[in-house]
Amino acid sequence: MDWLDTLLSTFFDFEAMLAVLPQLLGTGLVNTLVISAAATVIGVVLGMVIAVMGISPSRWLRVPARIYTDVFRGLPAILTILLIGQGFTRFSQAIFGPSPYPLGILALSLIASAYIGEIFRAGIQSVDRGQLEACRALGMSYGKAMRLVVVPQGIRRVLPALVNQFIAIVKDSSLVYFLGLLVTERELFRVGQDAAVLTGNLSPLVLAGLFYLIITVPLTHLVNYFDNRFRTGRRKAAPPKSGLDEVEELAPVTLTYGSNT
Amino acid sequence: MTYTSPVPVTDGHLYQGSSLELVNLGMAYGAIDVLRDVSISVAPGTTTCIVGPSGSGKSTMLRGINRLHEPKSGKVLLAGEDALALRPDVLRRRIGLVFQHFNLFPDHTALENVALSLRKVKGMRKQDALQVANERLAEVGLAERADHRPRDLSGGQQQRVAIARALAMEPEVMLFDEVTSALDPELVKGVLNLMAALGQRGMTMVVVTHEMNFARRVADQVVFMDEGRVVEIGPPERIFDAPRSPRLQRFLSQVL
Repeated sequence: MDWLDTLLSTFFDFEAMLAVLPQLLGTGLVNTLVISAAATVIGVVLGMVIAVMGISPSRWLRVPARIYTDVFRGLPAILTILLIGQGFTRFSQAIFGPSPYPLGILALSLIASAYIGEIFRAGIQSVDRGQLEACRALGMSYGKAMRLVVVPQGIRRVLPALVNQFIAIVKDSSLVYFLGLLVTERELFRVGQDAAVLTGNLSPLVLAGLFYLIITVPLTHLVNYFDNRFRTGRRKAAPPKSGLDEVEELAPVTLTYGSNT
Repeated sequence: MTYTSPVPVTDGHLYQGSSLELVNLGMAYGAIDVLRDVSISVAPGTTTCIVGPSGSGKSTMLRGINRLHEPKSGKVLLAGEDALALRPDVLRRRIGLVFQHFNLFPDHTALENVALSLRKVKGMRKQDALQVANERLAEVGLAERADHRPRDLSGGQQQRVAIARALAMEPEVMLFDEVTSALDPELVKGVLNLMAALGQRGMTMVVVTHEMNFARRVADQVVFMDEGRVVEIGPPERIFDAPRSPRLQRFLSQVL
């Protein structure tokens, strides 16, 4: 059973795990969540702008949105992160100081916004055209109709897809380590990896992986739950009701067409 | 001949419908002309029913009147004013449109459906908007269901909410685009009754419909359209009892 011992000590060395646990919790988990949440919030805001531009009647808004989406969806995440994270250090330094942390968040946000923009666009476009027409027929401007009626319906439909995108961002946040973070800025992967290198044992990385799963797996199931709920609707079962009952509702309107013969 | 009711028309809101006139109206989808030289004159407070086979341009014409689809040529005169010179949003506040598929806002209650444009377009305060919305819902017999969402209402109820929603904006003209075509048969009459009552109370109405009985009894004037043109126009008894053109004769032999 030599090989089993080797496997256990390589991947499941509890002492090594226990040693790195405080750092994973106090530094890694916190930073992973901060980076992911910040990138998601910025990505949602930018994505909404991109989506609204993308369905605009004006070509001057549509084309730039298209190019933006194609570029940031088409490039490997690591390439975008390196280009942004190292290319804009000078600007970032003036505002945020020497840490590449904000630039990492920015890069992740740009990537996320391209995907989220497409999610929003699909959602908004799936709203029945009659909704926009009804608004316009009531005298609303295009902007008001979109803001008050069409976009909110579109967003509700794509909530599951947005949760999926958040999961993708959580995983991609591990790539920020390429930019060289300060010790206190390290996210889950970097904390685990450092410990793995230090101890020559992979168990800290396995524990980091477990933390990722603790974040992502419940979310995946939450998505499925939402998805089912949206598909089947919240409508409660009601006993069948005869359409004839409805005829009486109109009694107050005393005019009856067809009864004057 | 005006439709007369045995019941006096005193209860309910009275309306001040405006006149509507189409002069040589032409409309196109891209390069394809779908409406040619349509001229119809609708006197204030009267009901005009538009009948004709599918593809005759009836619905397109309604969308031209409130400029959901911009006309290509000709004129639309609302109360004598050039409608094409007005801002589309301003024009649409003065013309109500009810759709075949209701197009209610699914995440709003019936009351909110009616109140939304009062608040956001007319700029009314919430309290006032809700009060007007409640009055309009009561008028279409749905006071009890003000807090229901569209999916919890029948097709007939949804359509009546849609009518209340359009009425709440106090339009000068109401356009109806095959509003009973998507309804179960037992619910059709209720909606038609409501429309007849509106006409009686002074609303100017243009009604695209397949309900020939309604057109015969309620319309002051019936327009028969085919292939994007007005083929015949006249009082209902003329159109239905003494059709002149072979096309209308053929159409009536199919639908009556």
